[in-house]
Amino acid sequence: MANAMEIYQLLPKTNCKECGKSTCMAFAVSLLSRELTVDDCPPLKEDKFKSNYDKLSDMIAPAQGASESGMVVHEDKCFGCGNCVVACPVNVADDPHGAGIGRAPTSDKVILRVKDGIVRTSNVQECRRFGKDKILCNGCIVTCPTEAIEFV
Amino acid sequence: MKRQSMVILLNENYHVCTGCALLCDDIEVITDNKKITEVKTACRKGVSRMKGCNEPMSPTVDGQQVDIDVAIAEAANILKNAKSPLIFGLGNSTDGAQIKAIELAKQIGAVLDDTSSFCQGPTIEAIFNNRIRSCTLDDVRNRADVIVYWGADPSNSHPRHLSKFSYFPRGQERQRGWEEDRTMITIDIRKSHTAKISGDKSYQIPLRMDAEFIDALIDALSGKVPKVSFEFDTKRILELANILKKAKFGTIFVGLGLIYSLDDIEPVVRLMDKLNEVSNFHLIPMVGHYNMRGFNQNLFNKTGYLNRVKFEKGNNIDVQHGAEFSIIESLNNKTVDAALVIGNDPLSSLPLTVAKHLLDIPVITIDPCETFTSRKVKVTIPSALSGVECGGSAIRMDGEEVKFEPIIQVGSNRPSDEEILIRIMEAL
Ligand code: SF4
Ligand code: SF4
Ligand code: SF4
Repeated sequence: MANAMEIYQLLPKTNCKECGKSTCMAFAVSLLSRELTVDDCPPLKEDKFKSNYDKLSDMIAPAQGASESGMVVHEDKCFGCGNCVVACPVNVADDPHGAGIGRAPTSDKVILRVKDGIVRTSNVQECRRFGKDKILCNGCIVTCPTEAIEFV
Repeated sequence: MKRQSMVILLNENYHVCTGCALLCDDIEVITDNKKITEVKTACRKGVSRMKGCNEPMSPTVDGQQVDIDVAIAEAANILKNAKSPLIFGLGNSTDGAQIKAIELAKQIGAVLDDTSSFCQGPTIEAIFNNRIRSCTLDDVRNRADVIVYWGADPSNSHPRHLSKFSYFPRGQERQRGWEEDRTMITIDIRKSHTAKISGDKSYQIPLRMDAEFIDALIDALSGKVPKVSFEFDTKRILELANILKKAKFGTIFVGLGLIYSLDDIEPVVRLMDKLNEVSNFHLIPMVGHYNMRGFNQNLFNKTGYLNRVKFEKGNNIDVQHGAEFSIIESLNNKTVDAALVIGNDPLSSLPLTVAKHLLDIPVITIDPCETFTSRKVKVTIPSALSGVECGGSAIRMDGEEVKFEPIIQVGSNRPSDEEILIRIMEAL
């Protein structure tokens, strides 16, 4: 699976911010976590970046469904109980008065939230299993009644 | 300061889910053209309620589609001509509709009952009569360190129970999270989804052995050696008693699995008495329908009884109460000659041997959605889906009142249960 640096190497590296992120590196991380897609970078669609665009699309595509932290949500098994949302230490730290106390998330930074009765992920780069200081967190695995979350 | 005002703003956008008696009050929705298109934070069960019926009901008389006024007039006619009508259901109706139903029952001298007479009634009655100590779900979130689910599988019946109130959230006196600050125990006849989460604190006992297990537990709590007639490691009973004894704030959530296995509520009262001698315990019934507890409370406020009553026609004082006025006995003994069913589907939820009397008498159903019952009855009156298409208030499983506004506006062809009952009373 690609890492953020490999992705970064293929980006325009101009930090133009057109994607809404402050740097191309941040955009690379968003691509990995599937928060944004390759098409969210306007310069990439220019002709001179055509081959990079194709390479990036290929790199991101095979990981579909699994994020860089390896997280896969089996949507068919999830019934939206929110146990993982409230148990995730990152959610608690970023949203102590929302997800942390069992209520609807009030922060954009949470990793897990429930929409239409199924858990959705965002900011997966913040997951404690991700990055260089990663630890083997299993907060969202052991709290799920149906084994809907898995890390591959 | 800024943050706080944002929270308040968000709260104003929150809606209440009426999918179960947890009445989650932090739901955000996105609507498009009078339809809910997206629901945030509700569980799957709640989402399916909020997104509405697959098959909405139409106003009908004898299977023929009619104007809603015609259906209401026919309903009034049936009730007027009945000698001993039954009013049943109301667990999925607002407090306002329940109070109107009680008035209607008085006006026509009806038998009035709800599903609590064959489920959580005895538990709620013991709480009303102060025989069992209860607490609120917010107390549980803020303070409970020992949580017991007995004969309950909230992961299926009340999906957000663990995440919103009991095991996982941080609370005022439970800041360190579930791993360190709380112990969750399940006692059940099977390894349910909830039992799976409780790990080695899951106690699996044989069918209908709950009373015996309770007495063994009371012995263990009293320092005696516990004994049970089935195969069970008594060391584990002692270990369980020890956890319960050390609780700073314990809560037992009682599910139908326990209620159905007992002949009466006395073993539970005994256990709670013992627990409060040696520890600090509370009990909350796992009420299913979103406002069943409201029905019990509202009827209790008016009559002193929480279910199974019969009013004397036109007599404002006399009300009889007893097992013979339960839906089951009324149908078994064929003592009722017409029925008004509100927000319930007795033909699919009751054993057919009991429910079949409903096929022989004129029945009126008021419901947002088509049900098995509604397809078989004489009159159907479609109502607004409460919590979505009409507002009101309801009583959460722990006795707390929750108010809610409608999320989408519907036309006059889908009045609320309360409006329908008022119109029936006027037509009488
Ligand atoms: S592994 Fe831990 S940090 Fe990552 S999403 Fe799950 S609970 Fe949160
Ligand atoms: S704990 Fe499991 S079932 Fe519950 S919301 Fe998370 S993934 Fe879904
Ligand atoms: S737990 Fe009950 S009240 Fe809460 S969202 Fe689910 S169905 Fe609705």
